[in-house]
Amino acid sequence: MHAAIPAVLAELSPLDLSRWQFGLTTVYHFLFVPLTIGMVLLVAIMQTAWVRTGKDKYLHMTKLFGKIFLINFAMGVVTGIVQEFQFGMNWSDYSRFVGDVFGAPLAMEGLLAFFFEATFIGLWIFGWGRLSKKVHLATIWMTALGVLLSAYFILAANAFMQNPVGFVVNEEKNRAELTDIGAVLTNIVALNQFPHTVTASIMFAGAVIASVAAYHLKRNQQVATMTTSLKFGLWSVIVGGIGTALSGDGLGLAMVQTQPMKMAAAEALYNTSAPASFSLFTLGTPDGKSELFSIRIPNLLSFLSTHTLDGEVEGLNDLQAQYVAAYGPGDYMPVIWITYWAFRWMIALGALSFLVAVVGLWMTRKGTLSVPKWAWNVAIWSAPVPVLGISLGWMFTEMGRQPWIVFKLMKTADAVSPGINGVDVLISLIVFTAIYGILAVVEIKLLLAAAQKGIDDSETSDTKPEDVDKLAVAY
Amino acid sequence: MQLNEIWFLIVGFLFIGYFVLDGFDFGVGMSLPFLGKDDTDRRVLINTIGPVWDLNETWVIVAGASLFAAFPEWYASLFSGFYLPLLLILAALIARGVAFEYRGKGHTIGANEVRWKATFDWMIVIGSALPALLWGVAFANIVQGVPLNADHIYTGNLFTLLNPYGLLGGLVTLTLFWTHGLMFIALKTEGDIKERASKLGTKVGIATTLLAATFLIWTLVAHFSVLGFILSAIAAATLIAGLAANFFKREGIAFFLIVITIITAVGSLFAALFPNVFPSTTDLAFSLTIDNASSSQYTLTVMTWVAVFMIPLVLLYQGWTYWVFRNRISRKSIPAGAH
Ligand code: HDD
Ligand code: HEM
Ligand code: HEM
Repeated sequence: MHAAIPAVLAELSPLDLSRWQFGLTTVYHFLFVPLTIGMVLLVAIMQTAWVRTGKDKYLHMTKLFGKIFLINFAMGVVTGIVQEFQFGMNWSDYSRFVGDVFGAPLAMEGLLAFFFEATFIGLWIFGWGRLSKKVHLATIWMTALGVLLSAYFILAANAFMQNPVGFVVNEEKNRAELTDIGAVLTNIVALNQFPHTVTASIMFAGAVIASVAAYHLKRNQQVATMTTSLKFGLWSVIVGGIGTALSGDGLGLAMVQTQPMKMAAAEALYNTSAPASFSLFTLGTPDGKSELFSIRIPNLLSFLSTHTLDGEVEGLNDLQAQYVAAYGPGDYMPVIWITYWAFRWMIALGALSFLVAVVGLWMTRKGTLSVPKWAWNVAIWSAPVPVLGISLGWMFTEMGRQPWIVFKLMKTADAVSPGINGVDVLISLIVFTAIYGILAVVEIKLLLAAAQKGIDDSETSDTKPEDVDKLAVAY
Repeated sequence: MQLNEIWFLIVGFLFIGYFVLDGFDFGVGMSLPFLGKDDTDRRVLINTIGPVWDLNETWVIVAGASLFAAFPEWYASLFSGFYLPLLLILAALIARGVAFEYRGKGHTIGANEVRWKATFDWMIVIGSALPALLWGVAFANIVQGVPLNADHIYTGNLFTLLNPYGLLGGLVTLTLFWTHGLMFIALKTEGDIKERASKLGTKVGIATTLLAATFLIWTLVAHFSVLGFILSAIAAATLIAGLAANFFKREGIAFFLIVITIITAVGSLFAALFPNVFPSTTDLAFSLTIDNASSSQYTLTVMTWVAVFMIPLVLLYQGWTYWVFRNRISRKSIPAGAH
């Protein structure tokens, strides 16, 4: 078969294509996952409110946002399998080299979290009326626990790539071997990534809830339930936003400690400075190796990196020189303009979403009747803002680590599967792009339809058990 | 017993669990065009697995991740070597998964409901049949051995895998899972559909028996082991007994016996493999074995503790789920006017 490959196709680089494919599929997976993480928690809270107060509006909220949660959950599941397989398919030398360490949290995620989550979600969907109210409520909390556990383990795996700990390199076998699972699971990066990701996810789910509510309130329908939903959503954005900022601060400190190059890249800080200023806008030379112009806030970068006003922050050029000395010749800088702008836009989009929530709560403090149309539109269209921030945050995290796949331990270029050829990867890249593209259209249509339909008034707290099969038919 | 031997068993256990559980999901999916005369029938069929297909599918994720943790070399060589077949399996599983969730929602976006459902139903059929076939092809080739070089890197291509033994293995899993699914339908439904499932089960079962017998004998001749012989014999006996039980309308017993067939048949493949995990046909010395493919002693110890605590717990709460959804389903459980 290989002999038949025309010359152009033989030139295709499995490495570049695999990087595109991994980036594409992972960012795609992580469009759905944050909504799952945030929504499962918020729906569990709604259902708890219903079980405790018996008020119909909480039941309606649980059902409506539960439906949105489920439409979205399916996508997280099917795209997640792709993620799990890709390490072996495209990054087999990576899997060989770090599998001894990296495989453990993934397998734990499966055994502890995925089974848990997949089982209890089935019980929750089909358990309405079949299980007692309290047991049924427990199933959504169990699902939430499974979701959080799975997030933790996968982040611990990712944190090992950012800040490898708890291992030694076995020269004879040419691989990294686990020596301390506790260290891997309490990686300082994972401990900070987890609250940051969960709170950002809550922001996203809150913004979605507020957006759905705004759609109906703009049309003056389903007012009682939607007013409550709106407040609940906006408050979630605020609480999530504060949590995101606080944990982001912690994550920044951890990053300076573990990956100074990434912080320098986030700032496009070329020369080591004390005190260091934070730039709002920077132009660099075309090769990205030095700075031409910027607008700066004095001392802020020092504060973010060290929590002192005049702490020293290492610059790109010094770090590059250090790394060359330590790891041999090569370019150790990530693509600066991407890290620089991704970092800024992550924060800016979060701040924007937060601002919308604060203003929204203030405008609706005396009811929703006097709110102008444009304000509802802003709330409706604000739903995707946090998820854009989340995607940019990941692009910053992952691309800021380059050229390393595991920081200071293995380069991305050495990680790709040696046995695969460019044509195979091109095929899979096309297949995934096509399937994911089609699914995105279907998924968005279904989500919008569920959101626009809103609540179903026919369901009340005293729906008889006989009617339950009717409600339970999900297919 | 060494830890890597234990992990060989655990990985085997997880794959067997996957084939037993998702096996009947595949069978139910493949049966849609044969048993689903109208939409209500098809909904009955799908609802038999509605609450559980996701957790059944999760077994393959856990099996794959455990392979990664316990035998990283095996995971790396296998997954990169079988790149295109795995791509097909992934595409099929995606299609099946979204189809289950979205087939009933076409009316919410004003789609033509008949065409919408027909599309998703075909995605379920193909998304079930393709993995059922390809898993067999993959496992038969693992047992038979594939061209691996000294670095354990696969040097064949897609067509290397489509050899007679591999294809036969694929047909065995395809028909075996189909039979398994039909027995499951007979067990989980009532009325006309149950009768038809049982009848079709006899026909497909006979084809399965012929294919499986050939395959198991071929496997024994090529890789004889006493354990493999015993397991294959049990597999053959339970398959035939299961079909007999089905014929006499004892669907509970029939289903149980086919479960044993799958356990022992897949078990016999793992027995044939041991102590290799990925034999090389280029040179036997290039094979991956439980020794040169496994993780370090420390990793295996940690993972053993996790498995020892978690697997019983998982079996417990999954068993509870099956108990909660133990009721039979019939056309009466589908409300009029449901989508
Ligand atoms: C709505 C989303 C959102 C918002 C408003 C913020 N972040 Fe963030 N950030 C993420 C969403 C995110 C993320 C997508 O969830 C990341 C990617 C990896 C991770 O753990 O979280 C991330 C990564 C990330 C990293 C990189 C960690 C690493 O590479 O190891 C840092 C340093 C920060 N964030 C810091 C902040 C700060 C100081 C913020 C100030 C308010 C902030 N983030 C707001
Ligand atoms: C445990 C979690 C994760 C692991 C193990 C992981 C691992 C990897 C690997 C192996 C690559 C390929 C190397 C490369 O292309 O440079 C990569 C790149 C990438 N990942 Fe992650 N990733 C994880 C989480 C995420 C998440 C959640 C996202 C975003 C939603 C993400 C976004 C990306 C992007 C955008 C790239 C492309 C970077 C580039 O091509 O330079 N990753 N990651
Ligand atoms: C690149 C690495 C990743 C891999 C290998 C991966 C793997 C998977 C798999 C296999 C599933 C399906 C589970 C099921 O069947 O129930 C899944 C879903 C999920 N993943 Fe990922 N994932 C990755 C990145 C992430 C990250 C970074 C997070 C969180 C911070 C995350 C959180 C989740 C959650 C919460 C779910 C369940 C909810 C849902 O399905 O939407 N994943 N993932």
